[in-house]
Amino acid sequence: MAYNPHTDADVASMLEVIGQPSIEALFRNLPEKIRLQQDLALPSALSEQEILEELEARAAHNANLSNYTYFLGAGTYPHFSPSAVDSLISRSEFYTAYTPYQPEISQGSLQAIFEWQTMITMLTGLDAANASLYDGASAAAEAALMALRVKRGRKKVVVAGLHPHYREVLDTYLAALGVEIVTVPYTKDGRAQAIADFVDDQTACVLIQQPNFLGCVEDVQLAAQAVQEAGALLVGVVTEALSMALLRPLGELGADIVCGEAQSFGLPMNFGGPHLGFMATRSKFLRQMPGRLVGETVDLRGKRGFVLTLSTREQHIRREKATSNICTNQGLCLLMATIYLSLMGRQGLQKLARLNFSKAEYAKQRVRETAGLDLPLSAPSFNEFVIRVPDSAEAALLRAQENQLIGGLDLTAYSNKIDKTDDFDLGPAVLVCFTELAKREDIDRLCQALAGDDA
Amino acid sequence: MTDSTTFPSTYPAAGVGIATRGMSLEEPLLFESSRPGAVGYSLPKADVPDCDPASVLPDEFLREDIPNFPELSEPEVVRHFTRMSTWNAAVDLGLYPLGSCTMKYNPKVNERVARLSGFANTHPLQAQELSQGLLGSMMDLSEYLAEVAGFDHVTLQPAAGAQGELAGVMMIRAYHEARGEQRTKILIPDTAHGTNPASAALNGYDTISIPTGDDGILHPEAIEPLMGPDVAGLMITNPNTLGLFEENLVEIAKIVHNQGGLIYGDGANLNALMGIARPGDLGIDVMHFNLHKTFTTPHGGGGPGSGPVGIKAHLEPFLPKPVLRTHEDGGVFLDNDRPQSIGRLHGNLGNVGMMTRALTYIRFMGPDGLKRSTEMAVLNANYVAARLKDRFVLATGDRPVMHECVFSDEHLEGTDVTTMDVAKRLIDYGYHPPTTYFPLIVHGALMIEPTESESRESLDCFIAALLAIDDEARRDPGLLHKAPHNTRLTRLDETRAARKPILRWSPGSGE
Repeated sequence: MAYNPHTDADVASMLEVIGQPSIEALFRNLPEKIRLQQDLALPSALSEQEILEELEARAAHNANLSNYTYFLGAGTYPHFSPSAVDSLISRSEFYTAYTPYQPEISQGSLQAIFEWQTMITMLTGLDAANASLYDGASAAAEAALMALRVKRGRKKVVVAGLHPHYREVLDTYLAALGVEIVTVPYTKDGRAQAIADFVDDQTACVLIQQPNFLGCVEDVQLAAQAVQEAGALLVGVVTEALSMALLRPLGELGADIVCGEAQSFGLPMNFGGPHLGFMATRSKFLRQMPGRLVGETVDLRGKRGFVLTLSTREQHIRREKATSNICTNQGLCLLMATIYLSLMGRQGLQKLARLNFSKAEYAKQRVRETAGLDLPLSAPSFNEFVIRVPDSAEAALLRAQENQLIGGLDLTAYSNKIDKTDDFDLGPAVLVCFTELAKREDIDRLCQALAGDDA
Repeated sequence: MTDSTTFPSTYPAAGVGIATRGMSLEEPLLFESSRPGAVGYSLPKADVPDCDPASVLPDEFLREDIPNFPELSEPEVVRHFTRMSTWNAAVDLGLYPLGSCTMKYNPKVNERVARLSGFANTHPLQAQELSQGLLGSMMDLSEYLAEVAGFDHVTLQPAAGAQGELAGVMMIRAYHEARGEQRTKILIPDTAHGTNPASAALNGYDTISIPTGDDGILHPEAIEPLMGPDVAGLMITNPNTLGLFEENLVEIAKIVHNQGGLIYGDGANLNALMGIARPGDLGIDVMHFNLHKTFTTPHGGGGPGSGPVGIKAHLEPFLPKPVLRTHEDGGVFLDNDRPQSIGRLHGNLGNVGMMTRALTYIRFMGPDGLKRSTEMAVLNANYVAARLKDRFVLATGDRPVMHECVFSDEHLEGTDVTTMDVAKRLIDYGYHPPTTYFPLIVHGALMIEPTESESRESLDCFIAALLAIDDEARRDPGLLHKAPHNTRLTRLDETRAARKPILRWSPGSGE
């Protein structure tokens, strides 16, 4: 057995030291009647070569970036990741370590987390960030729980423009707490209706997604005023992290907590996970923040070093009074994102965001020029927007698929999850995203395919 | 001050590893080495017209810059992180006996499989008919896990063990509510992981702590008086965090079930049971797995984990959605039509990249290999216990341990050395310390989980180190108080970090 080092002689000599006659005897305390009487019904072992043959064949059954061009975002974004990212996270000093409980021999992981926390504060415009959460959806739910702790006694959470899956996770997390969740509908131009109409003195927080689920850039500053007047917290939720390199930091616009999904920063789409939840907040709310935090300190000789800190918030100390039950976070994922952001840097990240924006604006122009296609929403966007198609979303996406294009998200399937005002009507529509991976000719082909015979 | 002469002369020269500092390079923070104009990126040539965002969005919506964001070339970034990596202890560097964490070897083939483009570069919302290789693999994994632990169904969605716990307790709550019952309490043994009470609290349950018996396991007499119609269930870890098999579990489960309660199993210690006994056969109704413990997905410096949950049939209606289902034609699809579901826990389908790794491991090991792993893990823990029990005090007396063993600090009586000192001194010998001060019921606990990945030689070195340290504790306690000596940094001031938290770099704050 390649992964177990024991030879038969080792086993015999160890049993002798233990003073037991057999391996079987080590389990003598297990009552006989509860022992498994037969072998596990699993397929028999394979060699490494056979496993690779089998699983490579299975992998080949899936559409992926090497055989399709992707225009599908909606929370998971196809981006390019530089080779150095995977190369560096493949160092097993990083990936075979655990949570840095022993700081003297975990400084590599700890310094990287400290750097991550710093970069997230720079991108969000807030004071402090944590060491990551599972994904954007659970980060949004944790942010709502945090706001409910800060605004103890208030029992209402308002959401605007939130990804339907994030909303579902929020529902799940809050189910036992007797909290009312109110949805702000989309208006005709694709942005949320005035937040002021939905908040009151019972509102703990407003979660507003930027850009919203339909790709539209919200007026967060306006929302912040209404939220502040109601004495609630504003939570900015981001599903496309790259947008933070182009849009004004949500913290500067008045958000008290900014959270979301950072998969765009160098992580593969991975069929939806592992991804990377992030969260940042103002200093005054720090002690209500969930998840691990790394802080700077010194060693006995006065040298700078980093440690896990403020752990009195956490489950292993506070148990049932903890700010969250989270234990493990997404350590290796935040390392990937930290390396990615280091490589892209101040200039590269902004240039990449502008390139994404330009691709999407080009695509909008092509949509306008293509008979049968239409832009139902007039609000500005970043790299994702809604296209109305002539017949049905399903048929349009199938035409794209025949051209080896993953053409976007069928919004018809989500229509019952999108609250809207009466004058809001998308018709048959798809949500489409344009990253640096989208080539001009592919965008042109996509427009043709979505339009079908009308083009 | 910290050269090798600080090691005592009686130090056993043969067979004990000694950590030396080697070539350990300093490395400032990214922000401190940043130089304006340095470039670590390359972008494709724009094939569309550049569009100024200001032509579409008002200025106040736009960012002008990202001040102080790092600017570095690729070789600088690569050196930065490579140097930092050398400051970490890791399973690939040596024994990492962190109790309850199962730091076993992470096979390299897992990494190769997870990176196959057909797995890694796939979108969770792409058409299901274009994703059958993945959905089929996930279905296989869920069936394998169900078989290993004796459950009827497994959801793969929870992103880590703690989220699996949350899901499990939510299903328990949903089960009672569907039967029209309002139960308000949950029983949790005093040896439990901190996530257990935290998960219960998130579900609105009051937790009631159950005392462990003097023999280290739970007894029906402790449960009986606390169990009633207001108790939703019992959360139990088996083997428990003392490394003992809960021999009375079947009887305890009967008591809980008779009063309408359910048993939640914390599967953190499943590595002790594969092929030997199945939690589902012992009366456990719902249990989370930790793929990053038992099924060799890497711990990643603290995640990503993956925490699938196994359930018995009576909890099936409450599974988180979407649920993987097999179609008549053999295809696998996602079922969202689940009116009694607790709902969704993850933005997508969970940590799929961890699932492909775990699947690879199970296919490599087969049923015999998994059982052998458990046997070797238990052999190793018993070997460590047997070799140390004359000098260190086992918290569990003469009872046979399972996959880990826990010592108290009784052997340090008469010295001013603490378990923390011993743990830190182990670092000088080249070992990541065991879990310390947990479980909470053992004074100064030292919890050792060697896992099956260690050879006898490796364990002998570790044991020799612990014995040498025990000598030092008596002869030269100061050596332990200030340990570790051979690391790049010495002991860090955690109090200072918490008193005035510095959680990010700021311009001008560097040394």
